[in-house]
Amino acid sequence: MSLSNDDVAKVALLARLRVSPEELSTFTGQLNSIVDYVAHLQEVDTEGVEPLAHGVEVRNVFRDDARGEPLSREDALANAPKRNATGFLVPAVLD
Amino acid sequence: MDYEIVIGLEIHVQLQTESKMFSWSGTEFGLPPNTQTDPVSLGLPGTLPTMNRKAFELALKTAVALGAEIAPFTKWDRKNYYYPDLPKNYQISQYDLPFSKGGHLEIPPRKDGGGGTQCRLTRIHLEEDTGKLTHGYGGLSEVDLNRAGIPLLEIVSEPEIRSAADARGCLEELRLTLRYLEVSDCEMQEGSLRCDANVNLHIHKDGQTIATPIVEIKNLNSFRSVEKALLYEADRQYKEWQKNGKTIKDAPKTTRGWDDDLEETKPQREKETAADYRYFPEPDLVPVVVDAAWLDRVRQSIGELPFARRKRFEAEYGLSPYDANVLVEQGQDVADYYDAVAKATGEFKLASNWIQQDVLRTIKENKSTVAEFPVKPEGLADLIHRVKRGELNTNQGREILGRMIETGEPAETIIEKGGYKMVSDREAIAAAVEAAIAANPQALEDIKKGKKKPEAVKGFLRGQVMKQTGGKANPAMVGELLEARLAELVP
Repeated sequence: MSLSNDDVAKVALLARLRVSPEELSTFTGQLNSIVDYVAHLQEVDTEGVEPLAHGVEVRNVFRDDARGEPLSREDALANAPKRNATGFLVPAVLD
Repeated sequence: MDYEIVIGLEIHVQLQTESKMFSWSGTEFGLPPNTQTDPVSLGLPGTLPTMNRKAFELALKTAVALGAEIAPFTKWDRKNYYYPDLPKNYQISQYDLPFSKGGHLEIPPRKDGGGGTQCRLTRIHLEEDTGKLTHGYGGLSEVDLNRAGIPLLEIVSEPEIRSAADARGCLEELRLTLRYLEVSDCEMQEGSLRCDANVNLHIHKDGQTIATPIVEIKNLNSFRSVEKALLYEADRQYKEWQKNGKTIKDAPKTTRGWDDDLEETKPQREKETAADYRYFPEPDLVPVVVDAAWLDRVRQSIGELPFARRKRFEAEYGLSPYDANVLVEQGQDVADYYDAVAKATGEFKLASNWIQQDVLRTIKENKSTVAEFPVKPEGLADLIHRVKRGELNTNQGREILGRMIETGEPAETIIEKGGYKMVSDREAIAAAVEAAIAANPQALEDIKKGKKKPEAVKGFLRGQVMKQTGGKANPAMVGELLEARLAELVP
């Protein structure tokens, strides 16, 4: 398996990372060595083995439908980089 | 125009829980922005989600009621995307192992002869709702996370609905069913029921079928807009195809938004690489195993559903499909009310008439509900008995019901107080008939000269007699005596 510069550029876009052309080559090389290393797992025969859904063998962990105290608006907005009186403000992204 | 419309619905329903899917803040609609959050729904670092048992059970209840296949093992996945409606940058959803597959809804027959078909479902899965963005703060958008994390059911239909009216019918039946199940209040205006529609055309030309490119319609805020938007879009796609001949093979799926004021769909900007959500299993939540005993308990908790109830009203009470539907589609309370009155009186058709004409009209006028209606089923049953036994005529019955609604008193008290006994005195009625004929000589002339239909004249005279007797005369007797007297006068 080998990733191209384009693959890495696409992943960077999806992760909202801005990558310079030099970085792109570096990261493509580094990512390829990681992916190649993990690719050793492909050598294992997984015929008839169920895919693992979760690393812990625990099922059905629920809580009761009980309502608790919400955060105050001031607390909720405390870390907002930008805000107005009632909400978080973000650069407009249209649907 | 030889084409078929092909529609698939993607429906989102908020479940009626006290708290959110994975955390403790409330789910109320319409609170001031950002007053209904907690560290989990804000996606703060170090927080962990915990499943709401009630939400999962409501989801199970829905899927079982819709005849879906329940997966014995289901898990959660992360749907990754960057959009500020969810601050974690992923939505907890279900991808390859949803808790439910298949299922169907019966679309009730319509007066126009349409409907009566089945809407098959592809899958139902559970996820968390997102926050809400309001645009237009000078290049900024305000984010309100009150809605973020509310349990949300996604219901996807097979892309095989063949008319806009059926799509609406399917959605309405879903709302009715979910309300019967008490799973969701399904208010489209408040967004607890939301619907997107995928639509294209199959155009038949020269023995071939040509499929037009698929369009996803968003911003459908009412049942009416669902139907209108689909009709508009079918027409638009046909014209577009006539112009450029593009088929499903030439163009990708696009998204258009419905504009309720202009009544048209407009192209929406596509989210770049939107389809690449890079789902992977959610490590913060463990899978759920549903065993037979749990499923059994869910099954037991499901009462009679609208589809079954319509059928029973037709079979048990001999109602027409139309009448059965009117009583059922108003919701469980109205159908329960009818059931009680029908059983108490044994007068199935009369009970249906009284409820449709008087009870439902009053409720509608007062913008109230059956639960608030002051006359209980026994009270209405008693009144219907009195009319049936001939103690009262229908008009008196109506008047008394009006007084019962105003005062909350039983029929008996009102009858005693108001002197509402029906007059069945033959001589008195005969005299009133005579007087009515004498006072309206023109009426008799009209029959003799054939200027008016005898039935119309009789109706008029009957009204005059009722008026003279203060509306208390036994209508059957009035009819009989009037008929006899006229037969003598106009042989």
